[in-house]
Amino acid sequence: MNRLIVSPSPHLHAEVSVRSLMLDVVIALLPAVVVSVIFYGLRELSVLAVSVISCVLLEYLITKYLLKKQNTTGDLSAVVTGILLALNLPATTPWWIVFIGSVVAIGVAKMTFGGIGQNVFNPALTGRVFLLISFPKYLTRWEIPTGLFGKGMGTDAVSGATPLTAIKEGLMQGSSVHDIMTAHGYSYGQMLFSNIGGSAGEACAIAIIIGFVYLLLRKVIKPYITLSILGTVAIVSCLFWLGDPSRFTDPLFNLLTGGLLLGSTFMATDYATSPMSIKGGLIFGIGIGFITLMIRYFGSYPEGVSFAILIMNSLVPLLNRWFKQKKYGRA
Amino acid sequence: MSHTFSIGGIHPGERKISRDCSIEAMPVPDTVYISVAQHIGAPAKPIVAVGDKVVTGQPIAEPGGFVSAYIHSSVSGTVKSIGPRKDLAGKQQTTIEISVEGDEWAEDIDRTDSLVTVIPDDNKAILEKIRTCGVVGLGGATFPTHVKLSPPPGKKCETLIINGCECEPYLTSDFRTMMEKGEQVVVGTAIIKQVLGVDKAVIAIEDNKPEAISHMKEIIEKLFKLSSKFSGISVMPMISKYPEGGEKQLIDAVMHRQVKSGGLPIDVGAVVQNIATALAIYDAVQKNKPIIENSITVTGDCLEKQRNLMVRVGTPLSYIMDYAGGIPADAVKIISGGPMMGKAVSNPDAATLKGTSAILFLTSPQTERKIQSQCIRCGRCAEACPMGLEPFLLNKLALNDDDEGLEANAAQDCIECGCCLYSCPANIPLLDVIRVAKAKILGIIKARAKAAAQSK
Amino acid sequence: MIATIVWTIVIITVLGLVLAAILYFIAKRFKVEEDPRIDEVEAVMPGANCGGCGFAGCRAFAEAAVKAPNLDNNYCPVGGNPVMQKVAAILGYEVKEKLPMVAVVRCNGTCENRPRTNYYDGLKSCKVKAALYTGDTGCSFGCLGCGDCVSVCKFDAISMDPDTGLPVVDETKCTACGACVKACPKGIIELRNKGPRNLRVFVSCINKDKGAVARKACKAACIGCGLCVKTCPHDAITLVDNVAYIDYEKCKLCRKCVAVCPTGAIHDVNFPKPVERVSKQKPAVVKTPVEKTVKTEA
Repeated sequence: MNRLIVSPSPHLHAEVSVRSLMLDVVIALLPAVVVSVIFYGLRELSVLAVSVISCVLLEYLITKYLLKKQNTTGDLSAVVTGILLALNLPATTPWWIVFIGSVVAIGVAKMTFGGIGQNVFNPALTGRVFLLISFPKYLTRWEIPTGLFGKGMGTDAVSGATPLTAIKEGLMQGSSVHDIMTAHGYSYGQMLFSNIGGSAGEACAIAIIIGFVYLLLRKVIKPYITLSILGTVAIVSCLFWLGDPSRFTDPLFNLLTGGLLLGSTFMATDYATSPMSIKGGLIFGIGIGFITLMIRYFGSYPEGVSFAILIMNSLVPLLNRWFKQKKYGRA
Repeated sequence: MSHTFSIGGIHPGERKISRDCSIEAMPVPDTVYISVAQHIGAPAKPIVAVGDKVVTGQPIAEPGGFVSAYIHSSVSGTVKSIGPRKDLAGKQQTTIEISVEGDEWAEDIDRTDSLVTVIPDDNKAILEKIRTCGVVGLGGATFPTHVKLSPPPGKKCETLIINGCECEPYLTSDFRTMMEKGEQVVVGTAIIKQVLGVDKAVIAIEDNKPEAISHMKEIIEKLFKLSSKFSGISVMPMISKYPEGGEKQLIDAVMHRQVKSGGLPIDVGAVVQNIATALAIYDAVQKNKPIIENSITVTGDCLEKQRNLMVRVGTPLSYIMDYAGGIPADAVKIISGGPMMGKAVSNPDAATLKGTSAILFLTSPQTERKIQSQCIRCGRCAEACPMGLEPFLLNKLALNDDDEGLEANAAQDCIECGCCLYSCPANIPLLDVIRVAKAKILGIIKARAKAAAQSK
Repeated sequence: MIATIVWTIVIITVLGLVLAAILYFIAKRFKVEEDPRIDEVEAVMPGANCGGCGFAGCRAFAEAAVKAPNLDNNYCPVGGNPVMQKVAAILGYEVKEKLPMVAVVRCNGTCENRPRTNYYDGLKSCKVKAALYTGDTGCSFGCLGCGDCVSVCKFDAISMDPDTGLPVVDETKCTACGACVKACPKGIIELRNKGPRNLRVFVSCINKDKGAVARKACKAACIGCGLCVKTCPHDAITLVDNVAYIDYEKCKLCRKCVAVCPTGAIHDVNFPKPVERVSKQKPAVVKTPVEKTVKTEA
């Protein structure tokens, strides 16, 4: 034998790497990507392309010239950030705004903290919220561009506003929830399966649920964060709705609209910016669900998932410190 | 109903490719090298001199302290030298070299295969036999068994657990022992049960060995008809998960009790013994036969023929490997023990010890460490840790030499099972760092306890 | 508009003044009385906080030095005699002059002298490697080559030579703080007298194995033959556990031991002319760590 290797135990390693995990996330995102391209056509494809390419390129340039570290683009985490950022923007977003979003996401939110695993806030969401605050004009323009298969892919009833925006505006004008819903012709089947307007990734709930199930099957994420967010939203909105159905939207509506599914499946479960322990994760999820709903019901923005996740991100270090998993024999 | 431990654990795959190979006796080598440090505790002191004629089963070294054990000649022949020899990690250990001449056994050893089911009543005599036959725990720690079977006054054992989990991938020697010498194992179990004065003994077997579970159940039923001494022994199927065979994990799985940090199993009323140890106790008490040989799995995907061998203690590893067809061309690592906790061999000329359970060959794609990248805080290490620790945090604290932080986060509780390193997607050598840190913290705790004892 | 700006400035200014006043009084009220000499001593320290003196840092050293009745147990190896003179002057103590020291790597195990028998594939750390086994060569005493000494050096004075796989001490940078001595799990690095004009003679091996075993593992090992002990006219060499050791306080740098050493395990450093070897065998070590630094110096 010419090459006897000696190393400390264990001598086996699981067939898992950062790259394989990120690849699984990309695969889980594919249904949502495909659906958004079908609904929003080539415009969405260009947003996706600009976002992914600029995220990867920025990470490459920053690691090479600014940090002078090992190139980390091979782990595909920048691709995930790019896709998520694109799915969080309207398909009509101009390319230069998408690029600015990538700069904030990769340059500010991720690399300044030291790259993958070190960031405090979810990069894609940081990019999106930055754009939402800086360029509200472009970020709230929910017009429906031509779909891949021509205009009208399930978009008959959509007026250009997202359901959440429509509700918010309607309520401010004094109408009741029921009136607004019927006026816009929203139905739950439509929310589940087809385009209801909004960010590209919010288009179809089923596509995201498929991704969620894939991630669970591949054991990439644990279900408790996502489920505690959705559960909190369902329970809290149920209480409000039962109290006053004319002012507050019902639980199913809240679960299926806006970025809740996308955010709770892909962004709240981001490894670096979510708590490690189950208990911490549950509290993290409850916090996100509650803040989301409070913003939706009482805030000036129609949607609050992004803000809720970022706010709870800032509490993750504390949650990690307070809620540790139970140690053996130290009850 | 199946049981398993409550915190962490991984599924590294079973790879029990040698499970159908029955245990075959390997020819005795020309020379054996018997180390005097084959157990935890003080090394034994040689009681033979160079040039002495010895027979198989004759004691050649006596205990060097309370926690120590007898060592016997595994062959008959002449003592050629007594001096330092390199063990499998290259460290010098005092070793007795015996050149083999014939195979003459000590007269009082019963070499027949007949099963002796009548258990003597004198517990003191049994313990003395276990001690003089040099029985040590063969599950990995090689702790002298007579010490473990003499609980400190005031502590009472409630359940005896016989560990037949064999949760490490590849290993099959315990499985084969159960299949081929199940009766002896059960008699050994009954002996331990009697010595400890417990009513309940549980033989824990992972459910990936259904043959062993049913075989052992049958034997217990059969023996129970012979004598009431075999009552209270049961088989408990366990859900396969690594590290089920860890002492603390097994107690949690079987009794739903957890040993406190720094405590002993007896504190929660448990005593754990390995299958091979139960057999060794049977041999010692019923057959007067000391530990002179043990079954060793010789395996690996790159190895042409898998084997389970009965090998004399002190046989050079290279001799076993030659017998098994030589080192496979694509093997890059030789491991003594299982792939999760075994030690990589740097010196193939080292000899087997009582506790050697396997020789495993791994190829480069199976075992070579991959390039390390940054921690992504996925928490897989913490999820996998069967002690509920946070390896990512301990790693960071250890790299910063934060001893207080390490102790506060229970680095000293680490059982070095390797689940953290196994499951890390960023290939961070967590256990490499934590193992050294743990040793340091244990040293600090020990020094503090000593200082406290002195100031009293 | 103007009024807003003015008011803002006024409010901020007032707030600043009030807070400053509060801070001032708190600082006065809770001031910790300290011996002013601690600050003075700290000011003359090198400020590397390396811990070479045995204290946590320069401040801790200063506190200890001020409290101590004399300076016998407080010596800053980094600052050396000049700094200690200053400290002594501040505190009014006597200070014993210490000879300047330098870290010396006592291993000859280059790739050429000490062939690899296996390959290490764990974390690149001598501490981890030493806990696992005796190393990737036949020698169980020699350098493990993972560079714990390099990473622990605060003065950038040690580097790994990629050709030999051994650490190299840059004697112009080494302050003899002793961090590398503590970091080496094998105890290979020793602080030795820097010597007059940096001339040094030392045994560059600590292999305690018997001669034949040591020789088999490494061509340039000390085999404990004792020739140097017999040759030394100054009784400076002792042989313990099959390793020769030169007492630098007794050594007169005559280099007779270097000449007789059959394996070339004894090194002479910074001497202008090479010594003529008695043994017929070629010295096994062509390139020694310390010689290399000298070359770069010249």
